[in-house]
Amino acid sequence: MAALERVELEHLPATHTVLLALYRNVTNAAFLQEQLLSRNADFEYAFVDAGTVASRFQLLTAVYKAITAEMAGNMRTPNVHSEMVVSLSSNNNISEAYRRYGVQPATKDVVVVKVLVSRDDAPSSLTPEEVEKHLQTHVQGEGVSCTDEEFANVTDWPKLRKYHKLNGLPWIEAIKDEKAKKNELEMLIVSAMAMRGT
Amino acid sequence: MATPEPAAAIQPPPPTDPEFPLPPILQHPSAVGLAELITQGAEGRLYRTSWLTPTRLCALKHRPSKPYRHPTLDARLTRHRILSEARILQKCRREGVAVPALYGIDESQGVLSMEWVPGRPVRVEVNEFLRRRAEKYPHSDGGRGKEEVTRDEEGAAPLLGLMRRVGEAVGKLHKAGIVHGDLTTSNMMVRPWEKDKGPVNGHQADEEDYSLEGEIVIIDFGLASQGSADEDRAVDLYVLERAFGSTHPRAEALFTVVLEAYKDTFKAAPVVLKKLEDVRMRGRKRSMLG
Repeated sequence: MAALERVELEHLPATHTVLLALYRNVTNAAFLQEQLLSRNADFEYAFVDAGTVASRFQLLTAVYKAITAEMAGNMRTPNVHSEMVVSLSSNNNISEAYRRYGVQPATKDVVVVKVLVSRDDAPSSLTPEEVEKHLQTHVQGEGVSCTDEEFANVTDWPKLRKYHKLNGLPWIEAIKDEKAKKNELEMLIVSAMAMRGT
Repeated sequence: MATPEPAAAIQPPPPTDPEFPLPPILQHPSAVGLAELITQGAEGRLYRTSWLTPTRLCALKHRPSKPYRHPTLDARLTRHRILSEARILQKCRREGVAVPALYGIDESQGVLSMEWVPGRPVRVEVNEFLRRRAEKYPHSDGGRGKEEVTRDEEGAAPLLGLMRRVGEAVGKLHKAGIVHGDLTTSNMMVRPWEKDKGPVNGHQADEEDYSLEGEIVIIDFGLASQGSADEDRAVDLYVLERAFGSTHPRAEALFTVVLEAYKDTFKAAPVVLKKLEDVRMRGRKRSMLG
């Protein structure tokens, strides 16, 4: 199974460590969601419906936005992980964002993001190894790497286009090359995410 | 300026003056070495740096706070301008106008991050074309290279093509309900056509290849506004016309090509061109009529 990936993001201080994993054919999504709903402190993760992820870049945009909000102290949700799920949205409805982008009982493919924060006065209580072990124990699914190729297999474009109001743009439909079209859509989603909350 | 200790240990930050401190985002060690100051305007600075990963380049626009302004007013103005520019970029993208994609906004820092557009400004491409033409026709040829370029002269086709694409790009922008406010040949990039291998983001165009070929990408929407008044559109064209004439006097006569291409881009374009004639008569500022 693919290991938990440690991602280095540009323009972030060394205090924040980003860990990323993608699981396919997850069989216990309901359990994962239940842990979030019951606020089980051992399950402080962003569990994202991978169908709503357009690309690795778009996912990392949400991760970065959530972390900068955490650092600036202006998060709109309880923690940096829930903030990531909301950051995938292009509008301000928080519960709708959880429903759309977060894990649901029927979710098949799940992206897991974990951020470890180690500040001088409060070092992180977890190591990446412990996180990996915990996920291996509790996420029942097939781990794959977080590459654009893997995301392309799971992205639910009709859903994404609906969520980000990207239907009815004739010039998009006119793009013949599938790859160029996806790229335009991806950039529109990223731009809309960047605008959210402003 | 307060530079964090670790940053100083790894790499010294680029020289700064107190008027223009680096935005906090560029003070983290991983990024400092990569930020390159591209240009400085009255309102802010533009850096080229990385975004999320080291290989994805971005244009980062920083509007630092002005010490002479009241802090509350300063924050409001900065926020307003950053958001207005971001909204306009977003609107253009949605309408299919070629502009940089928006990567991130941090109004509190006064920072706007956008896709880095590869290629050269139209200004550089046109000037390079004119320089080569002058070389081709040395003095012995009756100084032909120093004369104005004419439409039907041999070799003018690439330049005419570029001008046509400029006209179409401006037309598309206006059609989308955006007025740029500062159209010049420096605020338009010629982005090399994408090859099969996908986005060319981050790759420098071939040093020798001044072919004038590429897609026109309009940049710098710092003075842009939303609107569809023919008057404002005509002023946009007028500003471009004047800028073009003074930047490239030898190609001034070809500006009509821009206007011809513009004319066919949207329904109201002929009306705008009619208006342009009025604007030419009186200059950019309507109020100066008294």
